[in-house]
Amino acid sequence: MDAYVLDSHTYEHDEEGYLKNLADWNKELAQLIAKDEKIELTPEHWEVVNFLRDYYEEYQVAPAIRILVKAMKKTFGPEKGDQKYLYQLFPYGPAKQACKIAGLPKPTGCV
Amino acid sequence: MADVKPPEIASNIKKKLMYVNRKAPYGTIYALESLEVVLISAAFEQDVSLAFLDDGVYQLMKGQNTSGIGMKNFSPTFKALGDYEIKKLYVEKESLDERGLKPDDLMEISYEDEDEGFAKKPSVRIVNRSELTQIMAQQDVLLNF
Repeated sequence: MDAYVLDSHTYEHDEEGYLKNLADWNKELAQLIAKDEKIELTPEHWEVVNFLRDYYEEYQVAPAIRILVKAMKKTFGPEKGDQKYLYQLFPYGPAKQACKIAGLPKPTGCV
Repeated sequence: MADVKPPEIASNIKKKLMYVNRKAPYGTIYALESLEVVLISAAFEQDVSLAFLDDGVYQLMKGQNTSGIGMKNFSPTFKALGDYEIKKLYVEKESLDERGLKPDDLMEISYEDEDEGFAKKPSVRIVNRSELTQIMAQQDVLLNF
């Protein structure tokens, strides 16, 4: 089984790197996953990651990119609720990469 | 030949799709599968509605707690449907009555109406059997779960 290793703890992930157990997540683990994704987490990244975690907490679903853009727009305004902005932060797909770093499952509807 | 027209692409044709939910939320995978298909198909921008009848009405009940059965409580996800532009959740009145349920027993699910300053409007519509029959008759596709 594939796993992230952090401070001699192991955290199982699936073949694409999504955490198996949502409850495993913590900020240090997020840093580690981000490193695997070649992303340096800035406050702007954290804003998206935390937003996704809140969204999941409320709706029990990881939103597809279109929905993420719309929901971000509602909360943070059009500058951040913008596909291009999100792709700059997460070049390999904002919903996919940000969800992975946030410890959420792959967004429903993402292939 | 330069002036050959490409075949007309059917991307702008909206179909009326209705997902018909007849089973209780847990115990079988139908309810969760239906909801996942609904979320995925929302990307195709069709005219989507959901119907809840028979034991399917239990899917929308307030206060679901699955801690005793080791399954994920996915009922909060119905509240995200408005974000996915799914605004019509028809619930059959007779199915509620037969189970001793009232509209108040169901979750409040709403969407934001962009044409009216994002005013919150209820997505759940209680209809009787004959109304639902008519609504079903207007659909292009019915998907049963």
